[in-house]
Amino acid sequence: MALDVNWAVKWLTLSAQAMAEHRTELIELDRAIGDSDHGENMDRGFQAVVDKLAETPPETPGAALKLTAMTLMSKVGGAAGPLYGTAFLRAAASLGDAAEIDPAALAAALAAARDGIVARGQAEPGDKTMVDAWTPAVEAARAAADAGGTDTLSVLVAAAEAAEAGAVATDPLVARKGRASYLGERSAGHRDPGAASSALILRAAVGAAA
Amino acid sequence: MKKLINDPRSVVAESVQGFGLAHANLVTVSEDPIYITRKDAPVSGKVGLVSGGGSGHEPLHAGFVGQGMLDAAVPGAVFTSPTPDQILPATLAVNSGAGVVHIVKNYTGDVLNFETAAELAEAEGVSVRTVLVNDDVAVEDSLYTAGRRGVGGTVLVEKIAGAAAERGDGLDAVASIAERVNAGVRTMGVALSACTVPHAGSPSFDLGEDEIEIGIGIHGEPGRHRIPLENADGITDRLLEPVLADLKVTAGDKVLLFVNGMGGTPLSELYIVYRRAAQVLAGQGATVERSLVGNYITSLEMQGCSISVLRLDDELAELWDAPVHTAALHWGV
Repeated sequence: MALDVNWAVKWLTLSAQAMAEHRTELIELDRAIGDSDHGENMDRGFQAVVDKLAETPPETPGAALKLTAMTLMSKVGGAAGPLYGTAFLRAAASLGDAAEIDPAALAAALAAARDGIVARGQAEPGDKTMVDAWTPAVEAARAAADAGGTDTLSVLVAAAEAAEAGAVATDPLVARKGRASYLGERSAGHRDPGAASSALILRAAVGAAA
Repeated sequence: MKKLINDPRSVVAESVQGFGLAHANLVTVSEDPIYITRKDAPVSGKVGLVSGGGSGHEPLHAGFVGQGMLDAAVPGAVFTSPTPDQILPATLAVNSGAGVVHIVKNYTGDVLNFETAAELAEAEGVSVRTVLVNDDVAVEDSLYTAGRRGVGGTVLVEKIAGAAAERGDGLDAVASIAERVNAGVRTMGVALSACTVPHAGSPSFDLGEDEIEIGIGIHGEPGRHRIPLENADGITDRLLEPVLADLKVTAGDKVLLFVNGMGGTPLSELYIVYRRAAQVLAGQGATVERSLVGNYITSLEMQGCSISVLRLDDELAELWDAPVHTAALHWGV
């Protein structure tokens, strides 16, 4: 299907559903190496996004992502608010006012989102953060887009699968950024909550296009 | 979970409402977005002092709003930093034209949200200086961590910088005093039990009946290591040793000794800790010139304490003694 504003709104709605469904799981992940608030904050933030989208329906995918960015920045708090806010803001800027997104634009928007997260949080791959889900997702999306064709779904699937694998791969890592870094070696053996929520959001993008 | 609450989602809003009612002579409460300002803000010609952070550390920060300390406090959800849409209006509300100092505890979320708010305030023509508090010696300050956390020392920074602003210091001078306090204070904490975040519903970590967690922060996050329970003097020695080593306290030094409760430990026990800490300092030839004992920067109902030592000079001592009139600290007025 074409990735238009209806897809974007459905993506964000499915993301909100995913945050509600996985709220407890994200809280548990954060309880182990953080401060138990990630699931609560993401659930609250994305519910607010859904309300905002209904209040002021966007006209382009970029506008939907910008509204999401502003809402997450003002509702989520913690590190996740500014990080996801910046990610959605950069993706929105990358898309501009295009009515539809093709594979190349999709891959570029995902890369812009990841670059925004890195710029804000100063984390590198391997630091056990959401960057560890986003970086493989961006690379897989770019490879899928470069393979040619007009199939945006395969780009989204590649990104989601790589993000999920990336989140799982944070399990053995020792955290070097964020609150989990205070634990040092004791942070190993737990999945990074931000990487987990990132994978859920990228999986919701597939669901919205399927 | 057994708590005196109505609904986990309304804990912060209802608590702040109650705070505003109880201290209507000192503060004004904005309910949407949530922030607390000093009753007479903005004070003409005075640099504004704004602090904030996750809720669950009461009386920090709202309890320190008033004459001689903070002009505004911005509480986030429990253990979650506040958002720019709260920090910005609080900053604007206390700006008299002399500029505003943000006192920010060094946690990734707090830093990112205050950074964004400071940029927005600057865009509105308000000069903002940000002072990061990072006094926790439990965290190795290295490339491999988010840096040392802001803990007990925050209270001392807010009191002393507040006094500097109240006596008429300019924006850079207030920020510089705050940085001096931060540079001269070190803290280490211990938990005897975990705490339960209302919306999480279960304790933030699991601690055995005979175990304690050394090097905890103030968000219910686990600390650096776990050891079997010891007596108060033994635990005090364990906390104080890295503090004094890092601060390089030597004979003849004058210090402020601050024993802080985490919320679930009785004052009587805090004084047992204070007693030992004062003995150790005296043994090293340091003079405890000022002291503070009580629950000032807490972690919900956690049992435990932190010990902070601040190196004092005459100016910092004088600013510490200056009048303060807030819900949680009150003297000289």
